[in-house]
Amino acid sequence: MKGVEVNVQRVSRSYGDFKALDDVSVTIKKGEFFSLLGPSGCGKTTLLRIIAGFDFPDSGSVEFDSKNILPLPPDKRQSNTVFQTYALFPHLTVYENIAFPLRLRHVDKETIDKKVLEYVRLVQLEDHIYKKPSMLSGGQKQRVAIARALINEPSVLLLDEPLSALDAKLRQNLLIELDQIHDKVGITFIYVTHDQSEALSVSDRIAVMNKGKVLQIGTPYEIYEAPSTRFVAQFIGETNSFPCTILSCEPYEEEYLMRVQVPALNGEVSVTDYKAQPVGTQMDFTVRPEKVRISSNPPRSTVKELNTFKGIVEEPVYSGFQSKFYVKLDNESSTLVKVFKQHTAFLEDGPDIEWKDTVYVSWTASDGYLVKDTAR
Amino acid sequence: MKKTLKPREREQLLGTMYGGPMGLWFTLFFTVPLGIIILYSFMKRGLYGGVEWEFTLDAYRQMFNPSFAMVVVRTLWISVLSTFLCILIAIPCGYAMAKSKHQTFLLFLIIIPFWTNSLIRIYAWISILSTEGFINSLLMRIGLIDSGLKLIYNNGAVVLVLIYMYLPFAILPLFTTIDKFDFSLLDAARDLGATKLGAIVKVMFPNIRSGLSTAFIFTFIPIFGAYTVPLLVGGKDSTMIGNIIVDQVSKTRNWPLASAFSMILTLISLVGVFWMLYNGKREQMQKGSKKTTQQALEHNIKAHHSLRGTK
Ligand SMILES: Nc1ncnc2c1ncn2[C@@H]1O[C@H](COP(=O)(O)OP(=O)(O)OP(=O)(O)O)[C@@H](O)[C@H]1O
Ligand SMILES: [Mg+2]
Repeated sequence: MKGVEVNVQRVSRSYGDFKALDDVSVTIKKGEFFSLLGPSGCGKTTLLRIIAGFDFPDSGSVEFDSKNILPLPPDKRQSNTVFQTYALFPHLTVYENIAFPLRLRHVDKETIDKKVLEYVRLVQLEDHIYKKPSMLSGGQKQRVAIARALINEPSVLLLDEPLSALDAKLRQNLLIELDQIHDKVGITFIYVTHDQSEALSVSDRIAVMNKGKVLQIGTPYEIYEAPSTRFVAQFIGETNSFPCTILSCEPYEEEYLMRVQVPALNGEVSVTDYKAQPVGTQMDFTVRPEKVRISSNPPRSTVKELNTFKGIVEEPVYSGFQSKFYVKLDNESSTLVKVFKQHTAFLEDGPDIEWKDTVYVSWTASDGYLVKDTAR
Repeated sequence: MKKTLKPREREQLLGTMYGGPMGLWFTLFFTVPLGIIILYSFMKRGLYGGVEWEFTLDAYRQMFNPSFAMVVVRTLWISVLSTFLCILIAIPCGYAMAKSKHQTFLLFLIIIPFWTNSLIRIYAWISILSTEGFINSLLMRIGLIDSGLKLIYNNGAVVLVLIYMYLPFAILPLFTTIDKFDFSLLDAARDLGATKLGAIVKVMFPNIRSGLSTAFIFTFIPIFGAYTVPLLVGGKDSTMIGNIIVDQVSKTRNWPLASAFSMILTLISLVGVFWMLYNGKREQMQKGSKKTTQQALEHNIKAHHSLRGTK
């Protein structure tokens, strides 16, 4: 496997009193497609710039394959960057931009031609090599930036929101291409984004960041299905999240079944988790909208693992492949519960649910989960 | 029949109208005097200044005098050196200003000298450089030297003061272009393997070329015509073309010769400007030739594709 392991240990970086990075540790495996995901201003670019060598941490270490790289200037590191704004050289053509790193190293002309050709083909820019960057579309510029960053055959490619300036459709296509390029070149990719769907779709692993801290590191599946904090749960995908108190806890198959009191739902809820929580603990109860079922009739099963609430459809939102319903619970709480309903075969999923219909929302204990409420 | 103008024609007409006053101004106060100078340079010299209306090439013949040739050569090297040093100093200055948080203040500092008459500023330099001047008395006080160094009345002093006088004209255009330059390009160049200096030379310089040419024109042309600086801080071997012209007009009263030298001044300045313009063109032409190798490359790729297509 090409690429290096990138080991960031306890890195902090402050601007004045403001902590842009606060004790960040991540280990990125060789050849991994690793995403740094977080809202704007959470310090993603700062971390990337530290890895690339444009910024220095106040404390902590950065290693490539257990070799300290902090003393090295950017031109001596085995990393190359695709910048948030592309940073193509406006006075050079596409060809010259891509050849730039090779010309710096005084590679002979024939080799340059051959390699540029190879990378131009990799990013499918064959028809545009004599153009200046100003004549290219956003997506083409982005490809030039990728080819230029790859031609030096770095061990790590750092990508700073490379798709953020593009429209949704193109973004999807380029994302898939990027994934294919990653498969082809096999080096370590560190991909910065604030778009959770981008991160989920291509990453091997994701680090979710907020306010300069890494909150959770895991595979997309782990991050989505088992978020560790309320922030992660809410940032990745959509969710229903309410504060709760643990009432009881008993072993249940390989996990624990807990009854929790949820004031926002004005009732009790069953939830399973692999970790037991002491009775009385304050946590957040969370259930994803697509895991909640909605029906005009009460569900037939009445096992205690099934949580059912009655409510009124406050707002149905049709969005093609699915509908979103905001259901106002039929009790004093009047809490809105978000429900996503997939549209499968036409009319197969029962009568249409409309505005102001009385409905039942339900989910099984294993679909809900408990997260630490970091806000408390 | 009333002729209606198309929008574009109207715009052109308007353009001519707007350009009118400017054109008139330049014709009256620039082209006409220049014509007079050209005319005078081919006239016979009048005894007490002025010219006699008689065609002759005397003025140009007189110019082929070794001592005059020396002056032309000296003027050239002093101008080229001063301009070069000016730009060399101005680039880091412009860079620092563009990067600074106190741009307005720094710009202000550069403008301040213009509030004082240039003659007064030259006299200030005289008092700094002269044998009993500021530098010498300071060095003597410290005890580094026993007698005053000869810092003034030589070509070095001329170059120094010329640089001082024209540095702002190099800094201002460079600052404005560097300010517009996208500094993330330097990061990109560094990232791709360029050293600090390499990034500046290979990426920044090509992108601030317009600033460099403006700085060149703004400094080279006035320095080339300078006469007060060599007169006041230069020695007897510091005469420049400007001084000859002044002498010929006011002392020797050889107006045709003065005009002929003015012609030389204008011509060499023009050569400078054209050389720069040509440089720009040549760069574009090189781009063109590079394009052909790239077209060849492109052709290769196409051929490659069709080859694969047939397989
Ligand atoms: N040079 C600087 N001086 C002061 N503060 C800075 C500086 N650079 C970054 N910051 C601050 O550090 C924080 C993190 O910035 P960073 O650029 O890493 O954010 P980001 O996660 O990349 O955001 P985005 O998604 O918007 O690009 C921000 O709040 C920013 O204001
Ligand atoms: Mg950023």
